Amino acid sequence: MTTTDEPAVSRPPRAAIKARNLRIDNWRRGPILTVLGITAWVAYATFRVFYQGDYWVADYHYLTPFYSPCVSVGCVPESAHFGRFIPDSPLIPYAALSLPFLLAFRLTCYYYRKAYYRSFWLSPPACAVPDGHTRYTGETRFPLILQNFHRYFFYLAVAISLVNSWDAVLAFHSPDGFGFGLGNVVLTANVILLWCYTLGCHSCRHVMGGRLKHFSKHPVRYRLWTLSSALNDRHMMWAWITLGSLALTDFYVMAVAAGWFDDLRFIN
Amino acid sequence: MSTRTFRVWRGDADGGDFAEFDVAVNEGEVILDVVHRIQAEQAPDLAVRWNCKAGKCGSCSAEVNGTPRLMCMTRMNLFDEGEQVTITPLRTFPVVRDLVTDVSFNYEKAREMPAFAPPAGLEPGEYRMKQVDVERSQEFRKCIECFLCQNTCHVVRDHEENKPPFAGPRLFIRAAELDMHPLDARDDRREAAQDDQGLGYCNITKCCTEVCPEHIRITDNAIIPMKERVAGDRYDPLVWLGRKIFRKGKKPTEAKSPAD
Amino acid sequence: MSDNDINEVEHLACDVLVIGAGGAGLRAAVEARLAGKSVIVISKSLFGKAHTVMAEGGAAAAMGNVNSNDNWQVHFRDTMRGGKFLNDYRMAELHAREAPQRIWELETYGALFDRTPDGRISQRNFGGHEYPRLAHVGDRTGLELIRTLQQKLVSLEQDDQAAGESETKLQVIDETTITELFTEGGAVKGAFGYRRSTGRFIAIAAPAVVVATGGIGRSFKVTSNSWEYTGDGHALALRAGARLINMEFIQFHPTGMVWPPSVRGILVTESVRGDGGVLKNSSGERFMFDYIPEVFKAQYADNPEEADRWYTDPDSNRRPPELLPRDEVARAINSEVKAGRGTEHGGVYLDIASRRDAETIRRGLPSMYHQFKELADVDITAEPMEVGPTCHYIMGGIEVDADTTASAVTGLFAAGEVSGGMHGSNRLGGNSLSDLLVFGKRAGEHAAEHATAAASPKLTDAEIAAAAEDALRPFANDGENPYELQNALQAINGRLVGIIRKAGELEEALTELAALKERIANVNAAGGRAYNPGWHLALDLRNMYVCSVATALAALERDESRGGHTREDAPGMNPDWRKVNLVASFEGDDVRLTRQPVPAMTAELLGLFETAELSKYMTPEEYQGGSATTDLTTTDPTATVEES
Repeated sequence: MTTTDEPAVSRPPRAAIKARNLRIDNWRRGPILTVLGITAWVAYATFRVFYQGDYWVADYHYLTPFYSPCVSVGCVPESAHFGRFIPDSPLIPYAALSLPFLLAFRLTCYYYRKAYYRSFWLSPPACAVPDGHTRYTGETRFPLILQNFHRYFFYLAVAISLVNSWDAVLAFHSPDGFGFGLGNVVLTANVILLWCYTLGCHSCRHVMGGRLKHFSKHPVRYRLWTLSSALNDRHMMWAWITLGSLALTDFYVMAVAAGWFDDLRFIN
Repeated sequence: MSTRTFRVWRGDADGGDFAEFDVAVNEGEVILDVVHRIQAEQAPDLAVRWNCKAGKCGSCSAEVNGTPRLMCMTRMNLFDEGEQVTITPLRTFPVVRDLVTDVSFNYEKAREMPAFAPPAGLEPGEYRMKQVDVERSQEFRKCIECFLCQNTCHVVRDHEENKPPFAGPRLFIRAAELDMHPLDARDDRREAAQDDQGLGYCNITKCCTEVCPEHIRITDNAIIPMKERVAGDRYDPLVWLGRKIFRKGKKPTEAKSPAD
Repeated sequence: MSDNDINEVEHLACDVLVIGAGGAGLRAAVEARLAGKSVIVISKSLFGKAHTVMAEGGAAAAMGNVNSNDNWQVHFRDTMRGGKFLNDYRMAELHAREAPQRIWELETYGALFDRTPDGRISQRNFGGHEYPRLAHVGDRTGLELIRTLQQKLVSLEQDDQAAGESETKLQVIDETTITELFTEGGAVKGAFGYRRSTGRFIAIAAPAVVVATGGIGRSFKVTSNSWEYTGDGHALALRAGARLINMEFIQFHPTGMVWPPSVRGILVTESVRGDGGVLKNSSGERFMFDYIPEVFKAQYADNPEEADRWYTDPDSNRRPPELLPRDEVARAINSEVKAGRGTEHGGVYLDIASRRDAETIRRGLPSMYHQFKELADVDITAEPMEVGPTCHYIMGGIEVDADTTASAVTGLFAAGEVSGGMHGSNRLGGNSLSDLLVFGKRAGEHAAEHATAAASPKLTDAEIAAAAEDALRPFANDGENPYELQNALQAINGRLVGIIRKAGELEEALTELAALKERIANVNAAGGRAYNPGWHLALDLRNMYVCSVATALAALERDESRGGHTREDAPGMNPDWRKVNLVASFEGDDVRLTRQPVPAMTAELLGLFETAELSKYMTPEEYQGGSATTDLTTTDPTATVEES
């Protein structure tokens, strides 16, 4: 056997240790959970996005974030706060203006990159466990060099989060005018969590003040950077919580719209 | 006190194998104590590199049960009573002997990195810097150069051919340190990081941060900010657009002048 | 490397050879290279791992950034007081005058010290220093210093490369140990050693050699010193014909960790006390108030209320006694433990947890917090630490000229811990980092100057072959394992030459050391030459042995107590002994001790002190300007002065 067939970690002049990794802890757990979590979410989201129904609760003006802004000709007119101008087709999501960018924002997010590179791409699956690929160039060439556009998607994500926030405000509604129910709590909580994720993004941290060389000359931006950094500390947590909250919010709106259960009303 | 079994890799670049040692372990001991006891009682020529035994010099880097660690900071109570403990040298660098590896890769990369450039016109004693402005760089200067991050990084650990173009996390924090240094006079740190150090190879899977014994947030505070700065210079469409509209092709001041 | 290569000696030559890659060695190398000389730096470990990284508190320099009353004269006074006036006054003067410039220079190399609100280098309080004086970076100042100098060396290499100079103009050869200095006609001409990785020998011809190898702490069982501290430079210089002074003065840092055993000896920085930590015995008493010596009563608070006010209002209150010089605190802890008021593991409590909130502690002492948490599983924000004295620093070392750092051997210079005189009988915290910058620079400068004037030396095959034979001897020996011998040596020093000494015990130590000599000469190294720690230790042992003998001899001779030398059978300082340095030299292969007068301070420097203070240390003739009547360099002392 020629030594060049050995994986790099076992190949002389490195120590000729046959085992490719010697970890005895349960390092597979992390990537497996990530694959399960992300796959389940993507499956649910795909189903809902192309379902094209039960996204709007007319009585209370609840609009699920998966359909916001609802800009398809197929949208219920009341749910379309920003006009209806894209063709109605089973292949085109009603929120076709926002969903691709939200997807891109999360795909290029520094946390999700870590998560899917480790789990789906096994590059590497865990620390000190060999890479699943023989060649590796990282994010130096196309297509992965496009990860550098994260900031662009961040700017769009901010705009979309504003739209979601507006949706949440409009949802304080009942047939009698103002109204407040459990759905409002769900929609508002979801929006707050989305902001925690978006404003704690590494690009946001950079834009707020991370790019500066002298914090002392920009006290306001330093303060903003500090706040963004505090959210950024838990970016992974916000990333997962918002996946959950998005699905949950959508499910809640779907359930109320489909009449599976009634919204719990506090006022009107 | 109890007697436990340790598997220690022994050998050199020509080959080697695991040797088993039964060693007495006392309460409160660390892996390095165990290795010293093996040396003193069973294998006087067991090669191990160590200095301070206090987690401050970064010499005793090795892999314990497959995880890169400082031997002096790995307490025995991390392991279950019956658990076999395997100690191997770092697996990214050429082995010298037993637990000692040739880490000259890291020193060569350091020599390729342009040094701090003192600002013109300031004499010693005239430097004025605010604490908030030095704190980010100070975090990176906590680095004890144990090279565990360099060892863990899959870019070079699993791809020998990436060693020439890739400087590694230790040098990325050095690049960030200098780019964030309030008085460093160079303005090409980020270009150098991207073009000469191979910042783009990093896919931010964060193993460097996971193994750092100094808890330096290598990825979040150095690598990603550097990637963002590069993105700002080269890829941000708004910055690009703004430059087109307002500055008529001038570089943004942020990138140009270190004294913003 | 093939078998043929291993037996071939690698030959190198340079203008200035620097042995030791800690702060002093690197600073010397920078200076010598800037002077245009070709420089080789020999590092016993990897580049940047030297013991300097362990220094925590800071580097003392009277910059006056925090308290503008500070100046070099005050720093000089503090240093002399700390050293109990046994210091080489000229070294203390140069040190106090030049330290600020040396610190500021580091900033131009890229160092990032903690800042004052107006952006200057922040300075902290430390034991024995009248004003906040220690430039620091959290509690990892030594790391900052070594990394800064390391990076400066790299930048000089890059400058050479850019200027098209040969890369041999400045080389760092790491993991290499020097075993012998070559001399001819009283002048040094090179060195011999081995590369650890291969075991291959290396011979370097150089007209100027700077020894900067640090201390001897590894000769003690409980020590804060790292593996390399085996007294190599002391022993090399001694064998080459230089003299060692003040070897009896060893500083035991008062607060080393005593529990758990894996971290025994590791330092708890003085900053813990500077930032509010207090020492308590097992009954919870803050005992330091009982141990303030007469000479310090004016500066130290005698009640807890005043002491506690000092942290916020240092101008109108006296300092807490926890910040007395290290020797005083170490002795106090020792006394408490001896009186049965120690902790179960033989230390006392150092409590900051009950005095400062967790966030303040974590912010002010990050690496302390981290070290205890990781190494010992102790949370210093929640519980007190158990501490006790640990061997930390040797004040004694190679006798050098204050201005040039030249030793008695032509071309041989010394700087840093390995040199003697600067700190007298006791070093103040923070004076070590500044010492190695000030005298490292001077060593580099004067070594370069010497190299310019000297001819290029030639090493002979015979002397190289003899050095190689010496180094290989342990492989042929049939004696004991080096680890056993090191244990035996450490046990003797720890038991008989420790913090409190007695004539009888020191005699016993010398007898036991003598018995060890033959065993060490016959030490056996198993295995091959490539990276063989057993062999390395076998070669280090003889250096540790020589230093131990020098210390024990001098400790027996000096029958008084002063600074880092405490004789239970001769308590208190004797003004006549203040005038005497004990000098160790080599005769045949035995250490010999002689007496020599301490240089008398100039009238100008004497004038910086109150007569009343001088009278506590000196005979009236000295501070009144006359010459001494009793002279201990020829007679034994009779009168003793009680210290407290």
